[in-house]
Amino acid sequence: MAGKTLYDKIWDAHVVREEDDGTALLYIDRHLVHEVTSPQAFEGLRMANRGLWRSDSIVAVPDHNVPTTTANRGNGTAGITDPIAKLQIDTLDKNCAEFKINEFHMDDIRQGIVHVIGPEQGATLPGMTVVCGDSHTSTHGAFGALAHGIGTSEVEHVMATQCLIQKKMKNMLISVDGKVGEGVTAKDIVLAIIGEIGTAGGTGFAIEFAGEAIEDLSMEGRMTVCNMAIEAGARAGMIAVDQTTIDYVKGRPYAPVNTDKDNTWDKAVEAWQDLHSDDDAEFDEIVRLYAGSIEPQVTWGTSPEMVLSVNANVPDPASETDAVKSKGISDALAYMGLTAGQAINQIHIDKVFIGSCTNSRIEDMREAAAIVKGKKVADNVKLAMVVPGSGLVKKQAEDEGLDKVFIEAGFEWREPGCSMCLAMNADRLEPQERCASTSNRNFEGRQGQGGRTHLVSPAMAAAAGVAGHFVDIREIK
Amino acid sequence: MEKFTKHQGIVIPLDRSNVDTDAIIPKQYLKSIKRSGFGPTLFDDWRYLKAGEPGMDHSKREIHTDFVLNQPRYQGGSILLARENFGCGSSREHAVWALEDYGIRAIIAPSFADIFYNNCFKNGILPIVLVEEKVDALFTETNLKEGYRLTIDLEHQFVIEEDELLTEKTPFEVDEFRKYCLLNGLDDIGLTLQYSDDVRAYEEKRKQQTPWLFA
Ligand code: SF4
Repeated sequence: MAGKTLYDKIWDAHVVREEDDGTALLYIDRHLVHEVTSPQAFEGLRMANRGLWRSDSIVAVPDHNVPTTTANRGNGTAGITDPIAKLQIDTLDKNCAEFKINEFHMDDIRQGIVHVIGPEQGATLPGMTVVCGDSHTSTHGAFGALAHGIGTSEVEHVMATQCLIQKKMKNMLISVDGKVGEGVTAKDIVLAIIGEIGTAGGTGFAIEFAGEAIEDLSMEGRMTVCNMAIEAGARAGMIAVDQTTIDYVKGRPYAPVNTDKDNTWDKAVEAWQDLHSDDDAEFDEIVRLYAGSIEPQVTWGTSPEMVLSVNANVPDPASETDAVKSKGISDALAYMGLTAGQAINQIHIDKVFIGSCTNSRIEDMREAAAIVKGKKVADNVKLAMVVPGSGLVKKQAEDEGLDKVFIEAGFEWREPGCSMCLAMNADRLEPQERCASTSNRNFEGRQGQGGRTHLVSPAMAAAAGVAGHFVDIREIK
Repeated sequence: MEKFTKHQGIVIPLDRSNVDTDAIIPKQYLKSIKRSGFGPTLFDDWRYLKAGEPGMDHSKREIHTDFVLNQPRYQGGSILLARENFGCGSSREHAVWALEDYGIRAIIAPSFADIFYNNCFKNGILPIVLVEEKVDALFTETNLKEGYRLTIDLEHQFVIEEDELLTEKTPFEVDEFRKYCLLNGLDDIGLTLQYSDDVRAYEEKRKQQTPWLFA
């Protein structure tokens, strides 16, 4: 019999019962909750007179709607000017109080984007099943966990039963072999992967990312890669546990510890040693990429798969023979305000956004700060903002003086939240504004109606802010 | 949840691939704490000339007259015909609530994004995967014939095209469990709670093996 994949192992360990047709009840260890996709679930519980199965499995935080300007923070939700957004966060606070859920409120230094704070607190552990009413829950798979987004009905289902009704996905291995070149980051790797397999390439699969270039990544880089698994169509992305994983988890508030009575940490670490695919595991599909050929990436269109090297030219619909694809290219170019064949490094930008659950951790801040240090934001750039992923990331960055580096260069230094990643609050693009963004989605209107998003790494976004257009960061010294 | 057994309705053709959830329901409407009322803002950016805000009277907004939902011939439509990878992007169930509130009962496409597909069943909407050639043919029919209707028979798993001359039945696949829930309009939380003892037994076992997951 063939060995098991990492996904097989975690799946098997969490099946409570399974029907003959493969429909399973899957036990959920960790449930992360935020303000946007939870109110209707709490309401549903109340209407059916149901309680929570296990309130200690839930960690809640407001993130999508919170203002990121300092003037609007520090006084609970009182500073939220949009009454509908305020009501949503007040509702989360009220629900968490009523159902006795541990919540990091807006003023708590631990508040931040749900996918940043879960790992930061050690609430995401290897081998766990993790769900959240948010598609970027795939982020947590970086810890050798099975983590995926769910809809609000499922949020309610997990709250009431601690289980999800699931069918097993197929296994895909994406191996990034060899080492990446200088200046090529986790973001470039994952964008290149999506460019290769397409936004539906992973549909129906759990993807395991492997290979030397993935093993070489820090936990933060691994989170960036897994974060965008959903952009390749896969609900879950994951990476095997190794020493890097264990070192990151150790000592975090929710992580196990050894006590006089019990050496729980040691036992956990021992159990985690098995969280990798067996050598003879079988995958339904295997994709290989050569790390050495990946260059800094920039998306040019309205889907993350529309991505190329910074030194490439945007495609020409006329040279695409497939009529549907050709129309896709011309629609995207029209929306993005680009001309066929234009050099990507000649595209000028209006705004820079460094943040989101893809790239708002301390290493991202450091990478971007290293580029802007001693420089100024270009004249044509109207707004450049840095939004740290959590209060703790913000503090760490400030302790290292990174905030000053950004502010001196002309960037705005904001409070943590989702911000211009999805533009639910005042942080947004105006029609036709063009943005170099470290977020994960460049869909039409994602950062504001008519706004034009180019997805890049933090260093590339910072460099574009300084140059006023995209530049190959490998040429900056 | 409303039962789904057999449904006949006007087909609305949405000829775009990779329609994402941001397009189905833009983010400004996600601030709502309710489950209903999203119908008027379904496909908001394509439907109206200017961006809308929650709380507006959407019936007073200026519309893109050529967008399908605004064309008289598709009014009252309840079956959405779409292209590949429909519903990609976020997990927001608001996308499905908007479709449901608008009156959509079934969606036919060559493929769907996973989370969206799942969310449909939780809200009494049937997503149907048909091969691309069939979907193409249905687009042609819909464009040719005003008031074009289809019948969907969930119990026997057929999409039925009917006119004076002939009846054509195209079979489709659906997961047994999901079919059962839809046919009976069942709330799956109630179903799962029947297995509470299994869940408890599982928890006891895991507390021994992996106590750190229960701290
Ligand atoms: S940062 Fe963006 S992608 Fe991440 S959870 Fe927030 S809105 Fe979603």
